[in-house]
Amino acid sequence: MSTKTYDAGVKDYALTYWTPDYVPLDSDLLACFKVTAQANVPREEAAAAVAAESSTGTWTTVWSDLLTDLDYYKGRAYRIEDVPGDNESFYAFVAYPIDLFEEGSIVNVLTSLVGNVFGFKAVRHLRLEDIRFPLHYVKTCGGPPNGIQVERDRMDKYGRPFLGATVKPKLGLSAKNYGRAVYEMLRGGLDFTKDDENVNSQPFMRWQNRFEFVMEAVRKAQEETGERKGHYLNVTAPTCEEMFKRAEFAKELGAPIIMHDFLTGGFTANTSLANWCRDNGMLLHIHRAMHAVIDRHPKHGIHFRVLAKCLRLSGGDHLHTGTVVGKLEGDRRSTLGFVDAIRESFVPEDRSRGLFFDQDWGGMPGLLAVASGGIHVWHIPALVAIFGDDAVFQFGGGTQGHPWGNAAGAAANRVATEACIKARNEGVEVEQHAREILTEAARHSPELAAAMETWKEIKFEFDTVDKLDAA
Amino acid sequence: MSDHLIIGDHATVGRHETFSYLPPLSREEIVEQILFILDNGWNASIEHEHPSRAFEYYWPMWKLPFFGVDDPELLLTEIEACRRSYPDHHVRLVGYDTFAQTKGHAFLVHRAS
Repeated sequence: MSTKTYDAGVKDYALTYWTPDYVPLDSDLLACFKVTAQANVPREEAAAAVAAESSTGTWTTVWSDLLTDLDYYKGRAYRIEDVPGDNESFYAFVAYPIDLFEEGSIVNVLTSLVGNVFGFKAVRHLRLEDIRFPLHYVKTCGGPPNGIQVERDRMDKYGRPFLGATVKPKLGLSAKNYGRAVYEMLRGGLDFTKDDENVNSQPFMRWQNRFEFVMEAVRKAQEETGERKGHYLNVTAPTCEEMFKRAEFAKELGAPIIMHDFLTGGFTANTSLANWCRDNGMLLHIHRAMHAVIDRHPKHGIHFRVLAKCLRLSGGDHLHTGTVVGKLEGDRRSTLGFVDAIRESFVPEDRSRGLFFDQDWGGMPGLLAVASGGIHVWHIPALVAIFGDDAVFQFGGGTQGHPWGNAAGAAANRVATEACIKARNEGVEVEQHAREILTEAARHSPELAAAMETWKEIKFEFDTVDKLDAA
Repeated sequence: MSDHLIIGDHATVGRHETFSYLPPLSREEIVEQILFILDNGWNASIEHEHPSRAFEYYWPMWKLPFFGVDDPELLLTEIEACRRSYPDHHVRLVGYDTFAQTKGHAFLVHRAS
């Protein structure tokens, strides 16, 4: 017997979607939004509207609502909290039943959670701060094709961070000259070099030509140093067909690693490429062009920790996380929070790091954090302290801007990193003793001494725009 | 940049991964790294290989990993015994991290001349 009747019209969202007594299930997908509502919209109504518009609801009642069990499928706003130090906004916590989402589809999750609702008139600003993916859902995603442990074993590098550099100038070099820059950096002591994100296949350097010269550089540097090397061959392409063609050629040349831009390329392409990498024993470096458009504004958009979690599910072995200390934006505690989110298997809620939920990744591999952007030898002690070993430090200008050139620049970075790791292992606080450690190391390395002299004055001390919320 | 700066040359040299860009470690420095391995709860292990095959993943193990050994002096003695048995081999010390299921540390403790 029917228990509900159809009553056309508009009713308050809160009547259906604000459920403060609800206890979330382990299988629910949980989200925390920072909501800035229009004036005169009560918090409960705004939170309920967000829950409704990102799940089953629309602005009016429709008769076909009564053909299903909406109480089973609806998202529920179950908690509201003040934002510390902000009277205008509040946090709304929403629980979504797992069956709202297609298995293994980050695309589907994002289309729901950050779809229409972000343009919704009743809220002035809206920011997705965090998502708790239930382990049930995590298990439907492929995740990193290899992960940190496999990468260390394959590259044969232990007990220290990896070192890399992006080839500069980022645009305009011919393939052969570009390969020269790669060779010089790898023979000097870097583990990886990288295509810049906007190097795809332009008229000055087509991809096929670049791949061949670069792999010749990798092979030669590897033979001469006796260490395993790689170059992130960027396979980001206008179509998926073209992307896979480039990936296949990289494999044919024996490349250990390729690269993709997950936001501009899109999650569908990224997930497919990650699956291909898993099947083909290829490491996958992920760049994040466009992220700051989405994540930098403190009141609107998607926090990077959410994008990072989504990428871990979609698949990648490296992800750029910012450096905290270099030329690009990044709050230290917040960065540590999402670095944990991509590397650890269980990440507990920790508001002081911007983590709103416990996150259990089960057996899904972690990825290396990539610190890149305006860093040089003087930053290495801080980078070691912040990131530890499971990271890639990438010095583009900080290698190629060395007064003696790329090989010496690479050696300087390698010497400085190893000196800091050695000191850290001996129990020394490397950040506090940065100057002594580097000065001592430079006694045996004129390359490092020259680098320290070149960059002694350079700092990037601007205030962070996107800070953690604090009173 | 100063006027008298002379551009130097960086020569390519064969390397051996972690710490191979630093001067060879002294006995005391090796002890510090052994303590780091043990303090992390990792299992120390010794490997050796001829330089001509050093690029390969697997180096022969010297005996077995030293499970439960927490005395750095004993490990130094084993390193020395390995070096004497294979005088023309590189010797490296490894720390096996059971939880990460990989090596937490690995570095050369003796470089064959």
